[in-house]
Formats: sequence, structure tokens, C-alpha cells
Amino acid sequence: MAARTGLTLALLLTAAPALAQQPLREQLTIGITQYPSTLHPNIDSMAAKSYVLGFTRRPLTSYDQDWALACLGCDTLPSLDNGMAVRETTPDGRPGIRVTWRLREGWRWGDGTPVSAEDLLFAWQAGRDFSTGFGGSEFYRSAYEAIVVDPRTITLRFDRVTFEYASTGDWQPLPAHIERRRWEQEPRSYRTRSAYETEPTNPGLWNGPYRVTQVQPGAGITLERNSAWNGTAPAFRRIAIRTVENTAALEAQLLAGQLDMIAGELGLPLDQAAALERRTGSRFRIGYKPGLIYEHLDVNHDTPLLADRRVRQALILAIDRPQIVQRLFEGRQVLAHTNVNPLDWVHDNDVRQWPFDLPRARTLLEEAGWRPGPDGIRRNAAGERLTIELMTTAGNRSREAVQQVIQGMWRQAGIEARIRNEPPRVLFGETLNRRRFTGAVMFAWISAPESVPRSTLHSDEIPRAERNFSGQNYTGFRNAEVDSLLEAIPIELDRERRRALWQRLQAIYAEELPAIPLWFRSDAHVWPAWLENVRPTGHLAPSSLWVEEWRVTR
Amino acid sequence: MLTARLLQIAVTMAALSFAMFLLIGLMPGDPIDLAIAGDPRLTAEDAARLRALHGLDQPLLSRYAAWAGGLLHGQFGHSRLFAQPVAQVIWPALASTLVLLGAALAVAATLGIGLGLLAAARPRLAPAVDTIAILGQSAPTFWLGILLIILFAVTLGWLPAGGTSDAGGLDALRFLVLPVATLAVANLAAYARHSAAAVGFTLREPWITAARARGNGEARVLLRHAFPNAAVPVLQVAALDAGALVGGALITETLFARPGMGKLIYDAVMGNDTNLALVALLLVALVTMLATLAADLAQRALDPRLRDA
Repeated sequence: MAARTGLTLALLLTAAPALAQQPLREQLTIGITQYPSTLHPNIDSMAAKSYVLGFTRRPLTSYDQDWALACLGCDTLPSLDNGMAVRETTPDGRPGIRVTWRLREGWRWGDGTPVSAEDLLFAWQAGRDFSTGFGGSEFYRSAYEAIVVDPRTITLRFDRVTFEYASTGDWQPLPAHIERRRWEQEPRSYRTRSAYETEPTNPGLWNGPYRVTQVQPGAGITLERNSAWNGTAPAFRRIAIRTVENTAALEAQLLAGQLDMIAGELGLPLDQAAALERRTGSRFRIGYKPGLIYEHLDVNHDTPLLADRRVRQALILAIDRPQIVQRLFEGRQVLAHTNVNPLDWVHDNDVRQWPFDLPRARTLLEEAGWRPGPDGIRRNAAGERLTIELMTTAGNRSREAVQQVIQGMWRQAGIEARIRNEPPRVLFGETLNRRRFTGAVMFAWISAPESVPRSTLHSDEIPRAERNFSGQNYTGFRNAEVDSLLEAIPIELDRERRRALWQRLQAIYAEELPAIPLWFRSDAHVWPAWLENVRPTGHLAPSSLWVEEWRVTR
Repeated sequence: MLTARLLQIAVTMAALSFAMFLLIGLMPGDPIDLAIAGDPRLTAEDAARLRALHGLDQPLLSRYAAWAGGLLHGQFGHSRLFAQPVAQVIWPALASTLVLLGAALAVAATLGIGLGLLAAARPRLAPAVDTIAILGQSAPTFWLGILLIILFAVTLGWLPAGGTSDAGGLDALRFLVLPVATLAVANLAAYARHSAAAVGFTLREPWITAARARGNGEARVLLRHAFPNAAVPVLQVAALDAGALVGGALITETLFARPGMGKLIYDAVMGNDTNLALVALLLVALVTMLATLAADLAQRALDPRLRDA
């Protein structure tokens, strides 16, 4: 007995330092600026939803922090080399591909039901029925047959071969044991009857490290550890996600200790984060992650003066972009030379760059027939002033500041910029969609790694009345070689040959300037000093997909 | 009189619903435009398919007819923004707003009327009360709110900077203090000035002199004789505030990250959530009209001259 007591005491003494170091933090409270409109993984696409679902669900595949496709819910990434992807001919004689995914062993929904190929089959069936109302349909149109091989293995047959064949995109398991019956009742109204809307705290909906336990519409969502999760155990018992849309209030709640961190995906603007960093010193760790949000100026190529390539080149030469990034964003944005991010593997480091060069801008404008007038603004032979309408989203402080700087810089080159801003819904819903702008519009495109910019550059994608104004080539850019490159890149499976095609595309972009590149926006992530291993991605996949790697240091 | 007023309210509501539906429907951009701007994977075909699915390809008038028909059958529709039935979205927001605005207006009315009575009873204090009222009225809500947050939440750490309590009960009261104070300061001016003017005028009436001559103390004269007779304009202010009680306080709700009707209506209109915006706006209009009617009835009860008019 005495020996046992001694042993227990010895063990306790040995364990004491370890116990002392054991983190006591049970809950992590995260602030974000948006509330998800739905928690259904396939309906509506928004950053807030992706962020919450990153904690609570796992897709089969996702781009990781290094912008490479990785398996999250599967065992091995399918490839032609490992035989899990096989080229074939479709029943109507076209080149197709058959791709097989094998699910991770022991993967379960929160109610203990195994995640199975049936869940993926159901998701495919719901996606193929276009009355269900899933967002993007390209994947489901192309995947014309699904074959359940065994409970953990499923094969899809595609009617076209693209380099993204291994990526499952938005196709991810839906709990068939909960959702199938609801969907089969009436696919058209499924989106309003789905358990993700009516009973979001049902544990069977979640297969990630956490599950949703409380929902306060518009205010916050509380998550707790998912006991059925068989991967690495996450550090916190509970994660509270709080929506604070006003960034000043968000910062105040952080400083008051109500929030532990602010997610960069939906957090503070760069300037506010930099100011916070200056004021608070080492109280928080602030990380800046350059991402795939491409800030640029769309210019209307159907406006005669902007149809002239020399004028477009003069426009970019007259903007001192490094200076703007330095002064307004403390040097935190990554300068763009084309629409391809320098962090993307297809980026061409030798692509033509446009440094600030006012004399060269003036020369180009002279060559284009624009000579200085008495008030400093240039005029052409017909006496028309070189005036460009410069638009952006009204109320966006950061863009409005940049706009004013650009206005001043262009004036140095003899270009008059007339500012006319509109609220986002008017700008995106009418002015850009209907191409009712005559000059330049500053906004951003969001994309994924190696995203082929067909919708913004292909001549078929110019919005026109006869196409009901569909398409996003708002500039009206037309280039036959670009069109053929945009068609060739997706179906080129060889990486090196594809890289060459990308390089050619970037070369044309940098020369022709369908839009004026500005920079790639960085996200500012604010973490508590005691939290480590949060790795932002910089693309659409949120950092929360790797929450089990987050660790408390003290 | 009551039947005529109720009929008038019904007709106004019908006209309002039509006008609001048209205005929201004619705003540029629809939900699909907004979705396309945020999702690079949506194709033109997806946009057309989703528009048809949501009925956005139908003419505006037929959409209104379908919506009004549903409403008459008690179907408020589904919120596009929150993916829930409209009623389920509105009730929690309404409850939160009623608590916030109810508390704020109660504090504003109590303090405001108190200050007004003080100014009327002690004319030499009137300039000080006026100054307080002017300061309260002219301080922008967002500025005052931020100031209170910095002082009481960030610097002193006494109160939460915003949000709502997870625990409920007494803890929830702590989360109410700053937003209620912000709103109360802004609203007390109207009560203070109206009650000061009305009670001041009443105190000069001959029957007040008679009341004093009968040996009533100043407090009794003020509270039992002067204030009830001067309450009509204060009631009017309260009736107008009733609309705000359900309409919410957008800036305060946003600043303190509290769910509420103001924020809900703003999000619904900006996010093109027609069902939600219409029901919420109509609810505000209905409560305002009913409160005005109630104030009119109360005034008639208080002032016999109005009954005879």
C-alpha cells in the first residue's frame, strides 16, 4: 500500500511540470465580419460559410497552403500515373476520363455513421439535378456517370479531360442518411428543407474535427469537438465564431478581450491591421498573407481612346504602384504584372513589367496623338480632352483613397480622371454587367490557384444583350490567340507544356493590357500570441480546414 | 372613428407593400448578380438556371401577385439571406430590438422627462438642461458608441464591447449597458425639451396658481397637476418612437454587433432579400400606425376637449 502511494506520488511529481504546462484554454473565440447565409456546403458560395465549414467538414480534395492539390477526405490523389485516373472514350465518342477516389478509413459523421461512397453518390445525384439549386454546375454537367465500387470507393466518368481531373471542387459528401429523403421529396424546394437549414446542430451533418452546437442567426455560431472525428484531436474543446460586421467594433472587441483572434479571410483591412500592430506591439501576432484577390482597373476597349494599346500602356506607366502600396498599405500588397499571382506555379517571372515611368507615358501619349492643352490636360487633333471616367465601389475607403492618388498621378501625365463611384450592387449589377462604363473601373477578381481566366478574357464572354448580358469580359477584350490559349490550357495535362501556354497568355496580357494590373490583395490575420500553426492559404480554401494543427503554446 | 382609422391603416399597408415591392424589385442587381461577383466558378448558364429557380426571370407584377397571395394566406415566404422562413428570422431580431430599444427608450423617457420637469420647475437650471439636451442630440451615435466602448470596455474593462451574452440572465444585462446608454443619450433630448416646454407652459396656468393656493406642495403641483396636463406632446414623441422600437437602430446594432431589426432590414434590402425586407418594413409601418392610433386614443382619454372635437 505504501509502495503504491509512493508510486502515485512519484508519478504525480513527475507529471507536475507537464500538467503545469498543459494549456488551460478550452475555448477559442474568433471574430469575422460576415455571417454565412447558409451552412449547406453546396448552396451559395461565400467566404463566411467556407470558413465555418472548414472546422466542421472535410472535402475530398482541396488546394493546400502551398497551393497544391491535396487529399483531405481521400487516401491518395488520383492520377494517371497511379492508375486511379484512366483516359477513356465517352459513349458518344469523345475523349473522357474515369477518376476513382478512395475515402479515408474511419471517417465518420458526428452521429457515428461512416462517411461512405453513398454520400458522394447522393451529392452527385443532387448536383446533376439542376433544379436542386446547387451553385456551379460545370462539374456535374461533365461528370456523366457515378459508380459506387465499394463503401469507401467511388468512380466518376467525365466527358472532357482537364488538368483538374483529380479535384473534386464543390462535390463533397452529403449525409445521405439524413438528406436523401428530404431531397427526394422535392428537389426544387430541397434547399429550404435541408437539415443544414432546419436543424444545423444535428451532429450527423458534420464530419470534421468540430460540429455545430449552437447557431445565433446573424450573430454567431458555436462549435464543439466532434467525438466521431478520428484524425488528430484539435486543441480547443469549443470554438465560438462571432460576427461583428463593423471593423472598428471588431477591433474593440479584440482589445476588450472578448475575441481571441480575427480571421484574416474575413477580418480587418490592411491599414487597420497595421495600425493595430503599431499600437499593441507584441500583444497579438499579425500575419499578412498575399492572396488571389486581383485588384485591377477594367478599361472599356470599345471606348476609342482606350482601344489604343499605347494609351493603356501609358495609363499603367503613369501610376506609381510601388509608391501607392508603400504609402497606403505599408508595402503589404504584392504588385501584379498580369492577372496571374506570383505565388502561382504558372506565373512567369520574366513577364513584361511596367515600372512607374512618367516620361515614357508622356511619349506614348504623344505617339497616340494626345498633345498637352493649355490647362495641362492633353487633347487630340479633334480637340477632344483626354478624360477618363474612373469608377469604383462607393464606400470602400481603401479603393477610394487609391482612386484619388491615381487621379493625381494621371494628371501629371496630362490625363484627366473624372471620379464617379457607385454602390457595389449598382456597379456589379448594372454598370459592369451591362458594360455601361466608358473609362476604367477599379475592383477585384477572386480566383483559385491555376484558375483559367476564360470568363474574363475570352471574346465569347463579353456581355451582350443577345446573350442576356452573361459573361464577365467587361472590358470587351478580343484576341484570337488568347481565345485559343484559353481553350487549350484546360485540356493540356502535361505540366511543362501547360506552363508554356500560360507563359504565352501572360506575355500577351502584359503587352495588350486588357485590364490595368494593380496588386494582389493581402489578408491580415490577427492571432493571440499563444496560438501557433495557423497557416493561411491566400486562396479560397480557408485556414480552418487545418484546425487540428492549431496549437496553444502557453 | 376607430373603424375608419383601421380601414385607413389597411389601405395604407396595401399601397405601401406595392410601392416597396416595386422599389426593391427595380433596384439594380439581383441576388444572382451578387453571387456571380463573388464566385468565379459560376458560369453564364448557372446564372440563367439560378434566376429561373428563384423566379427572378418572371415579370415584377406577377412576382408581386404571388408574394401578396402568399401573404394573405399567412405565408411570409423564405429568406434568401438566412435560408430560413421569414418569421423564424424576424422574431429573434424583433425580440432583441424590443429589449434594446425598449430599455433605451424607457431610460431616455425617464431621464428626459425628469430633466424637463427640473427645467420647468427651476427655470435657472433650464440653460443647463438645454445644454445637456443639445449635446445628447448632436452627438453622433457612432461616435458616442465608439467613445463609450473605448472607455468602458477597452480601457477600464468594466463592460463588454459588444455582442450578446452566451450565458443569459444577469450577464445579458452587462451587454445591454453600453448600447442602451448610447441610444438613451441620443433620445432623451426630445423628451426633455418637449416636457420642459409643456410643463413650463402649464405651470403658468391660473389653475396651477389655484392648486398652490389650496396649499399643495411644489412636488405635488408638478407631478399631480401640471405633468398630466402637459403629457400630450410627450405622448406624441413616444408614439413616434414606437416605430423605432421595431425598426431597430442600425448604427447602434452594427457598432455593438447585436442582432436586431435595423441591421436585418438593411441587410435584407442591400442583399435583395425581398421577402424579408418587405415583411420587416411592413411590420415597422404597421406598428408605427397602430402606435399613432393608440396615442390619439390616449390623448382623447387625457383631454376631454379632443373627445368633443
